[in-house]
Amino acid sequence: MTDLTKLGVAAIRTGVASGEFNAVEVAEAFNANVAAAKALNAFIVETPEKAIEAAQAVDADRAAGNPLGKMAGVPIGMKDLFCTEGVQTTAASHILEGFVPTYESTVSANLWKAGAGMLGKLNMDQFAMGSSNETSYFGNVISPWRRGGGDNAALAPGGSSGGSSSAIAARLCPAATGTDTGGSIRQPAAFVGISGIKPTYGRCSRWGVVAFASSLDQAGPMSRDVRDCAIMLEAMAGFDPKDSTSLDLPVPEWEAGLNSDLRGKKVGIPKEYRLDGIDEDIAAMWDNGIAWLKDAGAEIVDISLPHTKYALPAYYIIAPAEASSNLARYDGVRYGLRDLPDGAGLQDMYAATRAAGFGAEVRRRIMIGTYVLSAGFYDAYYTQAQKVRALIARDFEAAWAQCDLILAPTAPSAAFGLGEKTSDPLAMYLNDVFAVPASLAGLPAMSVPGGLDKQGLPLGLQIVGKALDEQGVLNAGLAIEERAGFTAEAEKWW
Amino acid sequence: MLAATTGLLAIRTTRNPMSVDKDTVNKIAKLSRIAISDEEAEKMVGELNGILAWVEQLGEVDCSGVEPMTAVIPNHLRLRDDVVTDGDVRERVLANAPAREGSFFGVPKVIE
Repeated sequence: MTDLTKLGVAAIRTGVASGEFNAVEVAEAFNANVAAAKALNAFIVETPEKAIEAAQAVDADRAAGNPLGKMAGVPIGMKDLFCTEGVQTTAASHILEGFVPTYESTVSANLWKAGAGMLGKLNMDQFAMGSSNETSYFGNVISPWRRGGGDNAALAPGGSSGGSSSAIAARLCPAATGTDTGGSIRQPAAFVGISGIKPTYGRCSRWGVVAFASSLDQAGPMSRDVRDCAIMLEAMAGFDPKDSTSLDLPVPEWEAGLNSDLRGKKVGIPKEYRLDGIDEDIAAMWDNGIAWLKDAGAEIVDISLPHTKYALPAYYIIAPAEASSNLARYDGVRYGLRDLPDGAGLQDMYAATRAAGFGAEVRRRIMIGTYVLSAGFYDAYYTQAQKVRALIARDFEAAWAQCDLILAPTAPSAAFGLGEKTSDPLAMYLNDVFAVPASLAGLPAMSVPGGLDKQGLPLGLQIVGKALDEQGVLNAGLAIEERAGFTAEAEKWW
Repeated sequence: MLAATTGLLAIRTTRNPMSVDKDTVNKIAKLSRIAISDEEAEKMVGELNGILAWVEQLGEVDCSGVEPMTAVIPNHLRLRDDVVTDGDVRERVLANAPAREGSFFGVPKVIE
C-alpha cells in the first residue's frame, strides 16, 4: 500500500472520495508521523483524537452517500494563532499558556466544515513576531532540512509560521494554516521548499485569530503544491460579518480556474529588488523564474517600485504600533497568566504579568509601538509611516499599468542557522525585505519553490498580484512549479 | 550578508537625532505596563536606539500632499441593525479567568 503521508491535499481528497483508502487510515498515518517527530518541535499540542474524529465523520458521510467537502478526509496542522474551541491556544506565548478558547476561529471552523481534521496546534514565533521561529515560549522549531556535506547544524524553518513549514516539509501534515503579517507564510514556505499563499487582505476572516497587527494580518494556506494551496484557500476564505475588514465577495473557484498558460500576461521585474550584493544563487534562481514564465507565454517587463527601501522601516513602525495596542488586552484579569507579587496593587499586577508573560521580542515591539504612538512622536513616526505606506501602495498601482503580476525572490537568503541572527534584531528584520511591501499594500502574494542553492537548501520565488487576483498569482505559481521540477526533500534524520 | 545591511549599519552609527535614554525607556515601559529591571532598561536603550535610528530614514521621503493610509483594500464599514445578537454567555466569558469571584473577574483591591 502507498505511504499515505506522501500524498498532498488533492490526492487525499480524491483517494478518500473514490474509496481507494479511507479517511481514518490517512489520519492514523499522519498521527504516527507527528508522534515520531518530537525532535522538530513543530507542534505545541497534538490532537490525534481530533484528526480521527473528523476522519470518522468523513468516512461515515461517504458510506451514507452524503456530499463530501473540499477538504474531506484531509488532516491538517493548525497554527497556534487560531483559536480552537476546547484546545489550548497560546500564540506560542507564556501569557496565554493554559488558555482554552470557548469559541472557534472562523477560518478553522470553515476548514472543519469542509471536512478537514486537526492533527494539532503548530508552534510559531511568539505572537507571530519573528522570522526564524526562535521567539516561541515553547522552544525553537527545527527545520527538517540540513546543509549538505555532513553539516548537522540546526536550521531555522523560517517564521513566524515555522511549525507549519517544518511539519509540511517533514510530512507530518499535507497542509497547514499560516498567517502572514510581513512575510510569515511566504518566507517559511521558501525556507523549506513548499508553497504558501497570502491572499488579498480581507479574503480570510481575522475573527478568532490572535491579533498581531490588524491592518496587515491575513491567514492563508501552506502546502506542498499550488493546487493544494488553491483547494485549501477556497475552504478558508469567505465573507464574515464578525470581521469588519472582511471582504463581502464570493469566493472564486480557484482550483477549477488553475491554468498555467500565461500568454497575454505581463510579468514585472522590479529593479529595486536587485539589491547590490544579492546572493548569486538567489539571482540565478530569479533568472530561472523569468525564463520559466517566458516559456509559459508571459511577457517580461522591467518595472520600478521606487519606495521599496522604505517598506521595512515603515513596517517596523506600523506593526509594533498596532501590536502595542492589540496586546494591551493581556492584563492578567480575563484570561491567561496572572503574576501577582505579594502586596501588589492592580497596576503592579499588570506590569508583573506582562513582564513575565511576554518574551523579549514581544516586549521590545510593544515598547517600540508605545514609543512611536506616544505624545510628541505620533506624527513624526506613525503618521509618516502611514504616508509612506500610501506611497508604497501607489508604487504597485503604477506598476499595474505596465504588468499583471510581479516576480521576485521570496527572501534574500536560504534558511540560516538557529542562533545566527538572534543577537541583532535588525539583521533578523532584514530577512523580510522582499515580503513586506506586498503586505503593506494588502496584495495577494505567493511563494513557490524555485530550486536549491549551493548548500542544497531550498529557495523560493515570490509572485505578487493585483488586489483580488489570487487566480493570476496561483496560475503563475503553477507555471513555475511545472517547469522548476522541484522534487527535493529533506533527508529524514528526526 | 546583503550590502543593504551594511548601509543600514552605517545609518545606525552616524544618525541618531531622536535617541532615547534610560529614563525614556523606563517611561515607555511604564506606559506599556511592563515591569523592567535596571539592567534590562540599560540593554533596551541600545536596542531601541538601533531600531529608531534605522526607521529615521523615513524622514527622507517627501510625503507632501499624501494622506496617511487607513485601509489597504477599499472597503466600506458596514452597519448592522441595532439589535442584540448574542449574550448570555457569562460562563464562557469567565471560563479562562485567572481569579474568579462568583460571577466576576477578581482583581486586587483598587479602592481603599
